[in-house]
Formats: sequence, structure tokens, C-alpha cells
Amino acid sequence: MSELKLMKGNEALAEAAIRAGVDAYFGYPITPQTEIIEYLMMERPEKRTGMVVLQAESEIAAINMVYGAASTGKKAMTSSSSPGISLKLEGISYMAGAELPAVIVNVVRAGPGLGTIQPSQSDYFQSVKGGGHGDYKLYVLAPASVQEMSDFVEDAFDIAFKYLAPVLILSDGLIGQMMEKVFLKEPKPRWTNEELIEKHGSWAVTGKKGRERNVVTSLDLKSEKMEARVHRLQRKYEQMEKEDLRFEKINCDDAEYLIVAYGSSARISQKAVELARAKGIKVGLLRPITLFPYPKQALFELADQVKGILSVELSAGQMVEDVRLAVEHKIPVEHFGRTGGIIHTPEEILEALEQKIINNGSIRHHKTRESSIL
Amino acid sequence: MEVLDIIKQENQVFCKTKLMTDTPLSYCPGCGHGTAHNLVMEVIDEMGISEDVIGVAPVGCSVLAYEFMDIDMSQAAHGRAPAVATAISRLWPEKYVFTYQGDGDLAAIGTAETIHACNRGENIVIIFVNNGIYGMTGGQMAPTTLAGMKSSTSPYGRDIETMGSPLKITELIANLPGVYYVTRHSVHTHKHARKAKIAIRKAFENTRLNKGLSFIEILSNCNSGWKMTPNESNIWMEENMFPYFPLGDIKVEGKLKQ
Repeated sequence: MSELKLMKGNEALAEAAIRAGVDAYFGYPITPQTEIIEYLMMERPEKRTGMVVLQAESEIAAINMVYGAASTGKKAMTSSSSPGISLKLEGISYMAGAELPAVIVNVVRAGPGLGTIQPSQSDYFQSVKGGGHGDYKLYVLAPASVQEMSDFVEDAFDIAFKYLAPVLILSDGLIGQMMEKVFLKEPKPRWTNEELIEKHGSWAVTGKKGRERNVVTSLDLKSEKMEARVHRLQRKYEQMEKEDLRFEKINCDDAEYLIVAYGSSARISQKAVELARAKGIKVGLLRPITLFPYPKQALFELADQVKGILSVELSAGQMVEDVRLAVEHKIPVEHFGRTGGIIHTPEEILEALEQKIINNGSIRHHKTRESSIL
Repeated sequence: MEVLDIIKQENQVFCKTKLMTDTPLSYCPGCGHGTAHNLVMEVIDEMGISEDVIGVAPVGCSVLAYEFMDIDMSQAAHGRAPAVATAISRLWPEKYVFTYQGDGDLAAIGTAETIHACNRGENIVIIFVNNGIYGMTGGQMAPTTLAGMKSSTSPYGRDIETMGSPLKITELIANLPGVYYVTRHSVHTHKHARKAKIAIRKAFENTRLNKGLSFIEILSNCNSGWKMTPNESNIWMEENMFPYFPLGDIKVEGKLKQ
């Protein structure tokens, strides 16, 4: 049955996985997302739904277990945080190449290197620009609340199986660790093996009963075949852009200035918008919910309406590049964001908007493109 | 007697392994992989389990195993086959799951996955083909390359002082409680191949009985990588590989052999 609960983002995601009928979770502990595997182990999902939960010997093993499970058409997922995701990228690239559906969760912490365990959004490039090797993209969902940590699990699997492609839920330490009320959906049963074979028997390796053998691989030694595979992948990404783009516009109708932010930065920016409007500054917020596909057209159109855009991200300035590309330099676009695990305040965001965009707008077109951190 | 009479089914004493596809093998003439493939497929055919088998191919010479084995297969990233097989076996416990890996894949880049899948006692079969060299990339030093043995990355011979000793991963694996059956064979003569086949059969029977992990090492020549003729390489294998990697059972029914 559905329930209203107070939960941590990580726990809500884990509970949603059980309720979404996920077949398997493979993970390795890393802060700030370890509650996911802890919650799953505590909940005994093998008894609740028959879900397999296994602590792997490394993030590398975990993602390859996901590869194995996904090869057989099962709903499999893993989660980690930034350094662990770096380790998983080889496996993610293989899954993109082999056209396997799976869900990967990144509860981002600040990097590079071991960095720190506090929240960050500095894995944007890694998430939306490929990350691993080769010509692939991930469909990327960016939750901005504990509710979305829960809801996006099922959404992610729907997309993964629609396109036969790995999907990333790009969260961060703030959303993962904070507690909010969450409406948990009615549990769905896992697919039976018969249902799975009916749906995915054309490609999944389940034993070649009553059919020709199936093979899961990302290898095509013949260049022509490999190019055809790459083209097939690109067509999926084009279709994602047409059919599955998600974003949210808040207070944009009369906006003279725009903030673009996703995930935890979108939550904080929402408060900054309120503060600005209390001062009489008409600011709107565009929140990309998917980071790939990206709301390029919406931004392009808003660029004819607003005087300038502040891209807010807990990073040294990554998403700002996509905002600039989307608006094709029609208006000034600047970045604001704290790094190292520090979370910006709504007041800091408003101050940055005033300094970098509102009071400085006219000189923007000719300014060089370096983005200041503060 | 007409030719057509001779090739009648009832006169046939040998035929191509049923579960091998018609795709020409990509292995060098004289290499042991073809025989090893045949044996695994013969066992699966004879056990009547071809519709319930899921194989995992590695990266290395046998990366294309799925082109030759007429069963469902998933091709893993380099070294990760035991992790891939773990998940498949956990999610489809009634299936027969095996990996087919070389020494670079299993004993170098995939050491962690190998040891932990074995330690968990996954109910799978690992077929480990050890030819002491990286064949596919053109004959580089492998974890199992013998002391003093020349390769393109040990052109003056493997120097134990700086390159370490050849890794006896099979003996290492045998010590793990989750591992039920460990044995080492070769396939370079008919006699040896028959013994290897009996071992492979035993391994898949262990899966049937849910006994845990079976680990079959198959020593093979690599005439191309070793820069020898097939015959020379087989003799060299007997004289040099066998003393360091002795053939025979190492662990049977969960008990180490003395």
C-alpha cells in the first residue's frame, strides 16, 4: 500500500527500489550514499519481493554484476558516490554499448580525487558528457527532493527499458542525506521470469529455450558494423530529446532575469527567487529535471525574454557551458556556485545575481568566458 | 561402397560438436582454445542443458567465444566475468552459468572478481585457460608467464626480481572455503583432452547439485605468442609449464588434495 513517511533521500530511494519491483541491487559502501545498501540489507528485500541485494567487493564488481543481471533482462541497479562512479564508468560504457537497461545512482560528493564527503554537483560533466569512453550518453535524472529520490527510481527504469540503455540518477549528498516527507507508491510485483522472457526474450540471455541463441556484447570488430551500432545509439539519444525531456519553470512568466539550477541548487535557488521578488526583482527559475536531454529550446526562447541568466550549481562552473550553448550568446550567462562541499545560501545566490547579472549586464557580451567561483 | 553410403549417419564415428556454430574459429592453428571450446560444448550437449546454460565470455583471445558457442552468452568487460556470472547465477539460480577466461583476464586484471566470486562460493563454473601469455594483444607477459620466459614485454625473459613470480592462482583459489572443485588439465593430446572433459562434466554436475564453485584450469600452448610451431609449443609446454603448474586435482568435493 502507499504510505506517507519521513525519510532520508537515500532511504527513500532504497525503499522505492523494493516497491518498484527491482530485481537486484549491487553496491559497495561509500559516503554519502551508504544508507542505500544499509537500508536494503535491513529490509530483507529477498523476503519482501525476492529482490537480490549483494555487497560487491568493489564498485567495479558491482557495476559488472549489474551488467550481468541486465544481460538477462532483469531490473538491476547500483549506487555510489563520485569516486565510486569514476570506477564504474567502464562498466557503464559497456552497458551503453551493449544496449543494456540499468539504473545507476550517483549521490555526488565534492571532488576531484578523494575530495570530501560533503555535497557537491561537480560530476555534471562526467554525467552528461559521456564520462566513460566512446560515443554514448546517459539519460540523466536530477532529483531535487526526497520525493523525487523515491519517484525517479521507477521513472528511470521505465526509460532504461524503453531505450535499452543505462540511466543515471544524479543526486547529491544534500538530497541523499536530508529528511523530508515522502509519499511512497504502492508496491509493484517483480516481473516473473515468464513475463520477462515475453517482454525481453528477443535479446536477453536467459537460456536459448525455443529460440536461436542471444548474445550480449558491445564488440563489433568490423568498422561498418561498429559505426552502425554508434548510429543506432545516437538515434536513441535523439528520440530521448524529442520524447523524454523534463524540466520545470518557476515564476518565469514575467521574469526579467533567470536562474538555471538543478537538484539541491534548484531548491536553494527557489528561495533566492522568493527573496529577489520580495525586493521587487523579477526573477524566474528554470529547473532541468533531465540533464540529458537538456532543455535547450526552453532556454533559447527564454533568452528573448530575460536580460541575463545565472547558472547556479555546486561546482566551479560546469552546467553553465550548456546554458551558454543553449542561449547561443544572445544574453549574458554567468555561473555561481560554492565548491568543496560548501552549500550556497539563498542570500549568496541573490547577491551573485545582482552583482554578476543585474548590475553588470551591459558589458557581458564582450567579456571573456572565465567563470568566477564566488 | 558409394561415398553417400559411407557418410550415412549410422556409419558416422565422429561429427562436428553440435553446439559449435559454423563460424570459423578465430584462433591460431594449433592453439588449445578450439579443443577447450569443443569440450565445454560437448559436455553441455551431452547433459542436455543447452537451453539452460548462460556463458560469460572474457576479453582476450576468447572474447569471441560467443561466435563459436551456440548458446546464450554475455560478453564481459576485461576481468569482470566472475562478477557478471555472479549476478546471472543469483538471479537465475536454476540455470547453468559459466565463465570462460584466459590468464590475463582472470589472474591479472580480474584478480579481485575471481577471488571474491570464488570466496562467496557462487554456484558457477569457471573455465580458466592458461597459456602463460597475452595472446590477443600479441604476446605480452602475463601473470602466469614462467620465470625467464621471453615475451614482447619481457624481451630478456621474465625477471623474478623485478616482475614477480608466475602466479599460481589456481592453488590460491583452492584454499577458499567457497570453492568446491579445483583441477588442472591440458588439452594438447587426445588422452589429456578426455581427462579434461571428464573434469568439465564434473564441474557442471556440481552446478546441477548446487555444490558451489568449480574451477577448471586448462593449460594451453600459445604457439603464436611463444613463437614456436604448434608441435614445438606442445613439447615446450610439457617440459616447462607442467613442472610449475602440475596437472591433476587440487581440491575435490571441498577437500584439498595432498
